[in-house]
Amino acid sequence: MSSPATQPTVGVPYTVVVGLEVHVQLKTNTKLFCRCPTTFGQPPNTQTCPVCLGLPGSLPVMNRHAFELSMKTALALNCTIPHFTKWDRKNYFYPDLPKGYQTSQFDLPMSEHGHLDIFSEDDEFADKQIRILRAHLEEDAGKSMHDEAAGVADSRIDLNRTGTPLLEIVSEPDMRSAAEAKAYLQELRLILLYLGVSDCNMQEGSLRCDANVNLHIDTPDGTIATPIVEIKNMNSFRAVQRGIEFEVDRQYALWQKDKQVLGDMPKQTRGWDEGAQITRAQREKEESSDYRYFPCPDLVPVVVTDEEIQAMQQQVGTLPANLRKQLLDDHQLTAHTSAVIVNQGLGFADYFLALATAIDDSRLAGNWMQGEVLRILNEQENTIEQFKLSTAELGELLKFIQSGDLDNSKAKDVFAVMIESGQPAADVMGELGIEKVDSSQLEELCRRLVDNNPKIVADVQSGNQKAVGALIGQARNENSNVDPGEVRQICLALIEKL
Amino acid sequence: MSIISKSATQQREMLRTGELTSVELTTVYLEQIKSRESTVKAFVHLDEQQALDTAQRIDTRRAAGEPLGDLAGIPVAVKDNLCSQGIPTTCASKILSGFIPPYDATVVTKLKTADAVLIGRTNMDEFAMGSSTENSAIQVTNNPWNLQCIPGGSSGGSAACIAANFAPLALGSDTGGSIRQPAALCGIVGLKPSYGRVSRYGLVAFASSLDQIGPMTGNVEDAALLLQVLAGHDSHDSTSADVAVDVYVENVTQPLSDLTLGVVDEHYGNGLDTEIRSSVQEAIRVYESLGATIKHIEMPHASYGIATYYIIAPCEASSNLSRFDGAHYGHRADVSTVDQTSTSEDALTRMYRSSRAAGFGDEVKRRIMLGTYALSEGYYDAFYLKALKVRRLIRQDYDNAFKDVDLLIGPVTASSAFKQGEKTSDPMAMYMEDLFTVTANLAGVAGISIPCGLTDTGLPIGVQLQSAPFQEDKLLRAAYMFQNATDWHQRRPEF
Amino acid sequence: MALTRDDVEKVSLLARLQLTDDELNSMTEHLSQIIQYVHQLDEINTDDVAPLAHTLDITNVLADDVVEECLSRDAALQNAPQRDEECFRVPAVL
Repeated sequence: MSSPATQPTVGVPYTVVVGLEVHVQLKTNTKLFCRCPTTFGQPPNTQTCPVCLGLPGSLPVMNRHAFELSMKTALALNCTIPHFTKWDRKNYFYPDLPKGYQTSQFDLPMSEHGHLDIFSEDDEFADKQIRILRAHLEEDAGKSMHDEAAGVADSRIDLNRTGTPLLEIVSEPDMRSAAEAKAYLQELRLILLYLGVSDCNMQEGSLRCDANVNLHIDTPDGTIATPIVEIKNMNSFRAVQRGIEFEVDRQYALWQKDKQVLGDMPKQTRGWDEGAQITRAQREKEESSDYRYFPCPDLVPVVVTDEEIQAMQQQVGTLPANLRKQLLDDHQLTAHTSAVIVNQGLGFADYFLALATAIDDSRLAGNWMQGEVLRILNEQENTIEQFKLSTAELGELLKFIQSGDLDNSKAKDVFAVMIESGQPAADVMGELGIEKVDSSQLEELCRRLVDNNPKIVADVQSGNQKAVGALIGQARNENSNVDPGEVRQICLALIEKL
Repeated sequence: MSIISKSATQQREMLRTGELTSVELTTVYLEQIKSRESTVKAFVHLDEQQALDTAQRIDTRRAAGEPLGDLAGIPVAVKDNLCSQGIPTTCASKILSGFIPPYDATVVTKLKTADAVLIGRTNMDEFAMGSSTENSAIQVTNNPWNLQCIPGGSSGGSAACIAANFAPLALGSDTGGSIRQPAALCGIVGLKPSYGRVSRYGLVAFASSLDQIGPMTGNVEDAALLLQVLAGHDSHDSTSADVAVDVYVENVTQPLSDLTLGVVDEHYGNGLDTEIRSSVQEAIRVYESLGATIKHIEMPHASYGIATYYIIAPCEASSNLSRFDGAHYGHRADVSTVDQTSTSEDALTRMYRSSRAAGFGDEVKRRIMLGTYALSEGYYDAFYLKALKVRRLIRQDYDNAFKDVDLLIGPVTASSAFKQGEKTSDPMAMYMEDLFTVTANLAGVAGISIPCGLTDTGLPIGVQLQSAPFQEDKLLRAAYMFQNATDWHQRRPEF
Repeated sequence: MALTRDDVEKVSLLARLQLTDDELNSMTEHLSQIIQYVHQLDEINTDDVAPLAHTLDITNVLADDVVEECLSRDAALQNAPQRDEECFRVPAVL
């Protein structure tokens, strides 16, 4: 299967080719094959049972919810769900793998052939679709920690994590830059958060990413491909981007020296070193991986009907791409505001939609969500679910802006007090003594100021419009509720008439 | 008639009426063990005190009129590959020496709920791999009928236990014949249930798609009694069948009218011992005299059973035994003494390799190697996949057979109990012991071995009946018909 | 069709078994015998035969996502050949 036609990266004689393998920990209560809890960060070896410990005689029983979450995710990624799927054993020896095999899926995965769309806000690349080869369900391994107590190098093994359900999502090698890879990862993560299937926390390990990278280099003799390198241990989006960028440079420099091409050697694995900001070759294994896959005799296949697939499709709900489109088309928000809102999650977007409807003004609602609401949530480290104002309460405030009773700057002051005190907008305005200045009152005030400040008037008449600022200052001193813009407008008009 | 020669079914009645206490019953068996076990060596673990304590508790509850389980007060021996919480479970292997499971196998839980008296754990071929119990890393078990002979395997300890009257009931496991073959060689009853009839949770896996736990007893009605307790769906075992359990105990004594038995022509080739051939043919005549119709059945793929089994079983075993690596439990070799510079391997790999080398016996290593090879890159289609296809053909042979007949009848083994050491240097010769038993495991059908004769040298001969899946009721009733018309099941060795 | 000693050595690494020279020799002999024996299956035409992986025709055995009691840490570690207070210990994983 050939990749979509692309142009080489500008400025260099090669095309970057990237595929990503993402492992997502599914947010179930219990593990994939036993009913131990999956809570993160518990004391080592306190969340195990004979099954996930791999004790002799233990047997696996599959978690229905894990399968359902996998199906929902696969559908959101436009994958096909085959009617029949089965479980296979991937055999290898490692201390964090107590059974000596991982139960995974080999030739008949639970979903395949999907895609997701990526775009660049900064125009780093054109909109494109990244194809997804497959997504399958497998169990996680435990954790191994290096320890050098008493001068002997040991590894300490914690099996709490063994058996946690993982969805492995494998893309086709369709990405052509580190930026595209990062965009794919970000969009994928957003989709998973919208679905509610995972915490997607790279620091905690509920979202992991390995990258497969090589180059297609233009030479006078045609295009040659460098050997593929798998990069592991990238624990943030930034690390993924930096890791790929580093690897691209390293491969090109290396190729210029040794001219090795794809097929000259088996796929190499390199680890990203965050401290040194480089990739390092990992130790060559004793033998190339022969996993001796065969169907797991302890588990029975899963059969899915068209009705069940359709029912699950109904549960997929709003996805980021749909929402972005809705905000642009139905609400005429800018691409930037739309992206900000969508990135904050479904709850935030739902709040916006309700607010926009309440005040019948998408633009104003959008500005405030992107501005004050987001600011205060970040400051207080809250989510939208914890936000102190309901859409009705915030809507009331924004309506005062619409009616002219508040300017934007005063509205922010009122907002701050509303958050603090829990009082509705009108009450806070009363307390702060904010009220709309009657237009005849304002007219009268401006007339007086113009009359009483001949020097300033003369200044303005001589061409220095900025001098009117002093009149605005006086007006505000007299009545803090005057709108500076209105004062300026009226004073200048009066002066012109003189 | 001494209590020890009564069936567990009879003993149960006597316990119920108060004619006998569990302590009395258990003591009788413990005394038998004390006097004869040193020559048989059926047990790898005995806990006299715990058995008597359990017996006492049950007697007390019975006296207080409390409701009791179906096996209340009756001693049961358990094969050493069934996990028992807090009790060493070794599978007769060095690699599990000292291993204490923190949980009970489902069948052990069922025995406890039935208020059985767990009297001890029996010897076996290491990890159930073998047909003579000679592969045990702990001890050799002697056939009570001839102490220089093997008791069969891999459930040789349980078979010897029943034959020597060390307990009235025992559990075994059967992957390629490991209940039925030792039952035949020890002159007792052994039943392999249909695949999925009994939960495998807690049975240390050998070949997951073939393993089943089953009763080994002195007679057919006791096999029904024990199977009644063991059978049933278990939510801890994904391969457990959600099929209703028949009332084996109530039905077992009811004969089957219009019984048709299939005789498989492929079974009567040159390898079959003359004495076995004539005993089995005599057994067929007994059935005819009881009104059964005999039909000749072809099972064209039966002779491929051994080849099919010796691909599938080692492949699954090679994976199942990967967990025995010295990392989380079991034997770990001390690698600190190995010269660091003598090998390019890292310490972890050395630990794995030397722990497993030291912990596993030769036959286990052989099967792990065979399975690893057959599953390795490039060989999957030629071996494992091919074997699974032939397996379907074998299953189809059974399905076709059972359209014409109720049950199959035939030999269990090609010969009677052989001398210790006779086949240990020739793995293939040992594998051929499973000739008549493996196809039942491959197809997932049920099979029972019942005593039907003795050789000139006084060694037991068994006859096998096989049924379609979940027809254990029919199997037991037919077996009882034979037992009722003969007395082979009452014979016990004098030693 | 027969296995070489080299094949057997490679398999012994895959299987994490250390075999002595004598064992390698006898293993090569025995495995070759068995492999030769099982090749008789080639006699059977299985072109139109589907593999039988499970003798029981069941599918969709799925459990509810409800937490059940775990083992205590001590129970989990009780059989560990080497451990510290919290973890299993093995030679360093490189």
